[in-house]
Amino acid sequence: MAEAVVRMKINGEDHEGRVEPRKTLADFLREDCHLTGTHLGCEHGVCGACTVLVDGRAVRSCLMFAVQAEGSEVTTIEGIAGPDGELNTVQEAFRTAHGLQCGFCTPGFIVSMTSYLEENPSPTDRDLREALSGNICRCTGYQGIMNACRIAAGLPTSGGGDH
Amino acid sequence: MTTTGMRFVGQRVPRSEDARFLTGQGEYVDDIFVPGTLHAAFARSDIARGKLVSVDVSAAREIPGVHAVYVGDDLDSKVVDFHVDGENMSGLNRPFRILAQGDVRHVGEVVAMVVADSRYIAEDAVDAIAVEIEPEEPVLDPVAAAEPSSRTVHPDTDTNVLSGMPMPDNPFVEEAIANAPVVVTETITQHRYLTVPMEARAILANWEKRRKQLTVHLSTQGPHGARSLFARALGLDESHVRVIMPDVGGSFGLKMNARVEELGAVVASYLLGQPVKWTQDRRENLVADEHPREDSAVVTIAAAEDGTLLATKAEFTEMMGAFPAAFSSASMLSTMVFTGPYRVPVHAAGSKAVHTNHMGRGSYRGPWMFETVAREQVMDILAHKLGMDPLELRRKNALSNDEMPYSMPSGMPIDQLTALECLEKAADVIKYDELRAWQAKARAEGRTIGIGISLFPEPTAMAFGWMSTDAATIKITGSGRVDVQTTVASHGQSLETTIAQVVADELGVDFSQVRIMQGDTDSSPVGPGTGGSRSTVIPTTAARIACGELRERILAIVAHTLEASVDDLEIEMGRVQVKGSPDKGMSFGEVAAKAYSEPAAMPPGIPLGLEAQARYTPPTYATWANACHMCVVEVDVATGGVEILRYLVSEDCGVMINPNVVEGQIAGGVVQGIGGVLLENLAYDDAGNPLATTFVDYLLPTTTEVPDIEYTHVETFAPSNPGGHKGLGEGGAIGSPPAVINAVLDALRPLGVERLNQPLGPADVVRYIEAAAAS
Repeated sequence: MAEAVVRMKINGEDHEGRVEPRKTLADFLREDCHLTGTHLGCEHGVCGACTVLVDGRAVRSCLMFAVQAEGSEVTTIEGIAGPDGELNTVQEAFRTAHGLQCGFCTPGFIVSMTSYLEENPSPTDRDLREALSGNICRCTGYQGIMNACRIAAGLPTSGGGDH
Repeated sequence: MTTTGMRFVGQRVPRSEDARFLTGQGEYVDDIFVPGTLHAAFARSDIARGKLVSVDVSAAREIPGVHAVYVGDDLDSKVVDFHVDGENMSGLNRPFRILAQGDVRHVGEVVAMVVADSRYIAEDAVDAIAVEIEPEEPVLDPVAAAEPSSRTVHPDTDTNVLSGMPMPDNPFVEEAIANAPVVVTETITQHRYLTVPMEARAILANWEKRRKQLTVHLSTQGPHGARSLFARALGLDESHVRVIMPDVGGSFGLKMNARVEELGAVVASYLLGQPVKWTQDRRENLVADEHPREDSAVVTIAAAEDGTLLATKAEFTEMMGAFPAAFSSASMLSTMVFTGPYRVPVHAAGSKAVHTNHMGRGSYRGPWMFETVAREQVMDILAHKLGMDPLELRRKNALSNDEMPYSMPSGMPIDQLTALECLEKAADVIKYDELRAWQAKARAEGRTIGIGISLFPEPTAMAFGWMSTDAATIKITGSGRVDVQTTVASHGQSLETTIAQVVADELGVDFSQVRIMQGDTDSSPVGPGTGGSRSTVIPTTAARIACGELRERILAIVAHTLEASVDDLEIEMGRVQVKGSPDKGMSFGEVAAKAYSEPAAMPPGIPLGLEAQARYTPPTYATWANACHMCVVEVDVATGGVEILRYLVSEDCGVMINPNVVEGQIAGGVVQGIGGVLLENLAYDDAGNPLATTFVDYLLPTTTEVPDIEYTHVETFAPSNPGGHKGLGEGGAIGSPPAVINAVLDALRPLGVERLNQPLGPADVVRYIEAAAAS
């Protein structure tokens, strides 16, 4: 299959590669750029593990071809922390609230929530649940994840329901 | 000398492993790139049962970039022995093949393997393979399949019953049931719901012909079992095989044993002399990886009018599919622990593990848990029949720790159990009486509210056969840091943190000085890997013992060097000092320098160096944890939707190492059970076709379906190990399905619904409501 040249800025650095037009952005990031923090959990756009930012918007990189990101600015989990490696608010909160176990879905959650809170700095608890519902975690039962996102959003953490 | 006490055990210490996972620096198998790697893909049967007429791979072989296409006995003829450790002693004749030959026996069975330059090309080649199958009527009903007259799934056998235990003729049980004032007999069923780790299976197998060395990176629960399997399979000496377990993205039992595709990758690498990688896709994971949970049981419970249990009887049928995983049948254990947390005078049980033309069975968090599902559902039906509150019935029969030791009627010994204590604590924390009053009020207002309870013991750290022992190797480096390897490694359980907490306390160093490494057969001690909630009990104790040896050695060296008595020394965060004179002492680094480099300065009789290994086996077959779950639901009678309003877990896992991790393990298991009952269903149609092939039809819980879970801990020191810990990895997934089912039934009782079976998706709930209305 004929290859195409793609150029994009990833985490602030210029990348250029030759890829088949059918190659997904996720595979390009992982295989060609060796940015393996972007994980593939379902490869059909449901689990959210492969979420990255393309021109500031959260997208599922398994549902986008690399050639579609031509000329874009892409941010992956590797580019979320500060330049000196300092964890961002969401990352730090995930650590505090035990928001991860096996770590496989974590990059997708961190990227999604970082992007969400930038656009929605004052969400309600229900807003957070809705915002997170596009990412699947199989280990935590979402308890630590919800509390981490509450901490990052400045909401009270919870262990009790209503009745 | 004095120990410094527990500084880290019991604390909510943030995890060591998080730093790399939060920044995308975790390393899972698919993240590992070796030059020259080829990629595997598999052609599979889309027919449940039939004659394999032809597999035409000629077009596939022509595709540029395709290195090999294997069919027929191309791979199986190279496999010397497919059994896993301990299996050849079990007497079970587990059917096995990598590639279908002559016939196909389930949808998803591999009929051809392609190896190509990329995964894209390998999948192109799979698409180019033409498979012709002459369909036959599949064997799908396990109860019918168990009959001697049934056609068999495997033509070379004369029965579909793989294993089991006939129902014993027990006159005491029959007499107790015949004379009991109240008897309930129910058929309880459970559908297939799956492990679904977020990282599916993955392997990178690299046979280097020149070095005669097979190096395998594997997403697994333990590298040593995989090593011996691959060595046996290829007829290699184990010294030529190294298995490395990098970060693993969840497993929940699935990855205990390697599957046929992984053996295929190993054999292909061996044949081609090149690295071969296989990363399972999600469709393969759903359709063609091992399927747990599908069970049924006929359960009888007999009671006195006051609710005292008099006898129980249970007959389990377990669906094994065509090619089950090693040791995946758990129904015999279910028969033994069925009476669970209750005082039951007499009990009889039987089981059958039955082949069908479905995907084979595998293990999932609490593989025997159907006994709890079946017992706890029937307990609620019994309570209703007696006119008792389900809490009262359980309270009357639950074992208290005061009654220990206790022997279940099956003969299963229990040295400690706090079933009644956990039940009472749950009732207290949730304010059960107020909750019932609130429910009555809400019902009067037209709401459909239900409360469900489940109570169960969890046999953790079961020690038998290949799983009898675990070990830990501890090395204090020249600079005084602590490197630890154990027989187990983490696939999410936080072992890098919890074992480090114990080691830090035992040695008297800061938590940050301890590093726990993942599994690697070149360096980690030989053992079974994770499984059966063993890690906090067996390998952690081994680490504790090894620390004790090193601590004694360190103190002896310091006492000798400073000419002090060991009794006058104390350890303070990586430094040994004289009590009352903290400036007089030695750091672990200074002690290490002596131990490694100044043999003449060592005290007589003390081993050189600061490395130790210890191996542990618990004194009891199981370390019993237990829990009580309480669940409050509201049902939307129009849509059949179930909302969980409250969920409380009251559990006893012994001494908690890290409450964050304990609660994380509970929550993960609970939500897997909630998902299993309300959302997840790997159903098959009447032709044996799986109906859930993506995450759009295999529905997993997300943040919008789960409640905030409440926890309360009963902490009883376990007698089986010096730390007093009990396992708890599986309990959440064992207790939650019956708690949810019982809550939904309790909600629907006023509508005339008298019994429910899983799954309880909205359509199922509506069906139950409509059926009750119609009768």
